[in-house]
Amino acid sequence: MPTTPASRRSSRRPSPEVEDAPTKVSARKHVSPSRIVVKGDRGVKITRAVTIRRPAEALYAFWRDLPNLAQIVKHPVEITRVSELASHWAVSAPGDRRVEWDAVVINDEPGRLLAWRSREDAEVPNAGTVRFSAAPGDEGTEVVVTLEYNPPAGKLGAWFAKLSGEEPGQQVGDALRRFKALMETGEIPTTEGQPAGAKRKST
Amino acid sequence: MKAACWMGKKHMEVQRVPDPRILNPRDCIVRVTATAICGSDLHLYDGYIPTMEKGDILGHEFMGEVVEVGSEVKKRKVGDRVVVPFTISCGSCWHCARQQWSCCDNTNPNAGLLEALNGYSGAALYGYSHLYGGYAGGQAQYVRVPFADIGPIKIESDLPDEKVLFLSDIFPTGYMAAENCDIEPGRSVVAVWGCGPVGQFAIRSALLLGASKVIAIDNVPERLRMAEAGGAVTINHDEVDDVLERLKALTGGRGPDAAIDAVGMEAHGSAYDQVKQTLRLENDRPYALRQAMRAVRKGGVLSVPGVYSGFIDKVPFGAVFGKGVTIKQGQTHMHRYLRPLLELVEDGKIDPSFVITHRVPLSHAPQAYAMFAEKRDGCIKVVLDPSV
Repeated sequence: MPTTPASRRSSRRPSPEVEDAPTKVSARKHVSPSRIVVKGDRGVKITRAVTIRRPAEALYAFWRDLPNLAQIVKHPVEITRVSELASHWAVSAPGDRRVEWDAVVINDEPGRLLAWRSREDAEVPNAGTVRFSAAPGDEGTEVVVTLEYNPPAGKLGAWFAKLSGEEPGQQVGDALRRFKALMETGEIPTTEGQPAGAKRKST
Repeated sequence: MKAACWMGKKHMEVQRVPDPRILNPRDCIVRVTATAICGSDLHLYDGYIPTMEKGDILGHEFMGEVVEVGSEVKKRKVGDRVVVPFTISCGSCWHCARQQWSCCDNTNPNAGLLEALNGYSGAALYGYSHLYGGYAGGQAQYVRVPFADIGPIKIESDLPDEKVLFLSDIFPTGYMAAENCDIEPGRSVVAVWGCGPVGQFAIRSALLLGASKVIAIDNVPERLRMAEAGGAVTINHDEVDDVLERLKALTGGRGPDAAIDAVGMEAHGSAYDQVKQTLRLENDRPYALRQAMRAVRKGGVLSVPGVYSGFIDKVPFGAVFGKGVTIKQGQTHMHRYLRPLLELVEDGKIDPSFVITHRVPLSHAPQAYAMFAEKRDGCIKVVLDPSV
């Protein structure tokens, strides 16, 4: 068991998403969430935060419908709603490959917190949490996202690293920025489809 | 349409490219009736701003007529005659709410790049590298303008384009630089390094704000003459032994109350920086900045409208610390100034067209860039006509 401060803290006081989760995962008390999904020391954990000038309820409503996330994640991802708590995720990979997994919501506190994790047979085990809290001075909502995944070995692992960008937090940071823009302005900034000159000198 | 495209260092080309189209619901499309080359475009031209791509359409000073609006545009209408500010701002974020328009959170699609460099990203700019969003610029016949209800200011009067075009950048930029000087009317002395277009507007704005004296520093005779015509006392730094001593002589030994660096990253005068910048060991050549830091009086203000992009060295930070100097700088919070400065123009307090020295067709943009960069033919400001 690693003895990072974070894991010691969560060993003493299990986080709410583990305690309140559906029966399938709730039995694993006294183990941090990262231990459940991402075994060993190879897991990647990313935390990113953003403040958005909208009420927590509106922001939570967007996340509660997980297929909405496809709008804010830059890499094409298909997220299909399976049931109230379950969703199916698919991303394309090189060589006509697809990586797919099922995710299930394991904690849901409307307006405050949403947590989900992949089912145990997932090729790329992963889990995520988003928390909403009031920003100081009535200036909207602080949104903190934590993602954990266990990057697979081999070619798929290399691809997954590429997908994540050179800096692992970049994808999550970009998604949060796009989420903020969408919530504050109603659109996501883009230049895709704008004109540009030919790169070669014209004659 | 025709557009002026960046094709590499000191290489512009006017190309036929597809017309822009609405990409987001709050966009509009403007048919450009007048556009200009900015001194800061020369930093792109000279290859000092990273993340440029061949084919990028330049230009962040432009105006024209709205010809198409997106589905969520409420105020702007087809047919509106507008001047477009060079910073793209959303009007909804924390910074826009505080009038810090150039710090907008929501308009740069490549914010992650700039964040990695600067810690946080500010507003996107038209035609100013992919670091600043990669938006196609307005040295073209048409341009896409995001947040059509937030940025563009409608010109209701029949003032000609040349009198209102510079609301797009250099007039507000010079004005904010002067406003940042905390001028006490009738008392303050402001020294301005650089008599390019922004320096010219800073000089006139400082006087409009009540400065008792403005001292302009440059070495280009026609620019110094224009500064004098605007009311400044001038110093040709090639003709004096010591700029600081000259400034002291003109300020009763106290030094200027405020110093404006309207030169930025490509200052001349230091072989050391020229070599380091050429070798890419330093992004910017801060010669004017160093002199301004030493020249400003104790407890004074250093105002920096000149563009800096990255790292500089041999900065006499001890001088600004030792004298308790306040530094104010940054991209202009354009949207603050559009309405009040348009009123100054409408009231005849200033005619911004004084700065124009050349009017050329858009199709001659490559030659115009070269002329402006080399300060040939008395060139201070070039206006491009996109119709030809």
